[in-house]
Amino acid sequence: MSKTLVLTGNYAVAYATKLARVDVVAAYPITPQTTIVEKIAELIESGEMNALMINVESEHSALAACYGAALAGARVFTATSSHGLLYMHEWLHWFSRARLPSVMAIVTRTIGTPWNIWSDHFDFYDQRDTGWLLNFAMDNQEVLDLTIQSFKISEDPRVYLPVLVAIDAFILSHTATPVELPDEDAVAEWLGPRRQGYVVDGSDTIAVGNLALPEDTEELFMDIQKAMEESFTVIKEVDQEYGKLFGRSYGGLIQCINCEDAKYYTVAMGSWTGDLIEAVNKLRGEGYPIGVVRIRFYRPFPHRDLWDRLNNAKGILVYDRGLSFGAWGPLYTDLVTGMYNYTRKLPIISNIVAGIGGVNITHSDFYELTKQFVDEIEKGNEPIRFKWYHKR
Amino acid sequence: MRDKLVIEKPVHDKLPIARPRIGVAGKTGTWRVEKPVVDNNKCKRCYQCEIYCPVNSIRVEPETGVIIDYEYCKGCGICADVCLFNAIQLIPE
Repeated sequence: MSKTLVLTGNYAVAYATKLARVDVVAAYPITPQTTIVEKIAELIESGEMNALMINVESEHSALAACYGAALAGARVFTATSSHGLLYMHEWLHWFSRARLPSVMAIVTRTIGTPWNIWSDHFDFYDQRDTGWLLNFAMDNQEVLDLTIQSFKISEDPRVYLPVLVAIDAFILSHTATPVELPDEDAVAEWLGPRRQGYVVDGSDTIAVGNLALPEDTEELFMDIQKAMEESFTVIKEVDQEYGKLFGRSYGGLIQCINCEDAKYYTVAMGSWTGDLIEAVNKLRGEGYPIGVVRIRFYRPFPHRDLWDRLNNAKGILVYDRGLSFGAWGPLYTDLVTGMYNYTRKLPIISNIVAGIGGVNITHSDFYELTKQFVDEIEKGNEPIRFKWYHKR
Repeated sequence: MRDKLVIEKPVHDKLPIARPRIGVAGKTGTWRVEKPVVDNNKCKRCYQCEIYCPVNSIRVEPETGVIIDYEYCKGCGICADVCLFNAIQLIPE
């Protein structure tokens, strides 16, 4: 039976790992991730969850312990944030290059110095080139659904890559909303047993991580790229199956809101997209032909889906909660590059970087910024291409 | 632990694993500059040399003592170093 509990985003993650019947969890505490692991420990202690919790002395060891357990055939999970994630960064590469399925949750948090615990997406973007599938949830219900979906995607033989689920610090992680938990047995049946390409359990003599010549190495990396391309299909299939079984699907790699007959689009990722949707609804009420495209998966980058949706756009405004210093917001860079794969004549695409260091961006900020962007184009003016929106 | 684990090949055939075999890099014994020689009368069968040999070229038998595989021993000298009873000496090749 499905049931509804009032859960914070972090607790939603913890319950998702229980539903996915994770075997091994290794993690090290860091604000704002801590309550994920605390809740899992509680679930294990009370006997509700049958998993092994490995206490480690650092995030680097946490993912290393998961790596060993995954090699031995366990369904593994870890969670971290910000500096913990950066300390873990090396091991993310080991995981994807060993083609080991796995899921980790990150609660996005600003990187110091200065010391700051609020959300922006710098730590998330820093994992861009690791070979992990990267996704981002918008609300606590999606946190739960996306975490469960991620296990299915990760263990698909067309993919066999680890998946990272991101949620915004505090806005989701420590805010409680009703979350519907699907039936545990139904989830177990749908996910099936742990699936992976090889196992180190003594039954076969194999070596992992030894020297390979340049050509062999390159071919293995080419396979990761192929798996990423295959994952487009898998992500959509999994989202549809999940919708059929449990009543919620999100549209695959991107979600479009108010996109019917839209001429202008805003693009964003993460929890603040909720505020953006509110702003765009208001603009729609005022007659603005504008929609929201929410990025659910950042890697693989949904260039095809975006092109299908945005090819008739008059103007696109990309909101980034991160930045590549000296360049632009990462979403903006990828979107422009992705669109250029399909056309030589791009529409007006602008980038607003905001909410850095956890600065709160509300629906009224989105309303003003988006309205201004559309009005400029309608007046025949060129809107500014890049802006760091700062509120003070 | 879960009762079932499914091992299924990835769609793209390759796996980042290797299958070790003896001598894939050739007969590495030819690299040797110094050769470990054993005095099995001094050997107490403590197995230190077998445990520490980084290339699995030493076997200790309770009856005969230390047996070194000179086809693959590179002469690193670790066995002589860890021997507690001075039973292994390095001599120039």
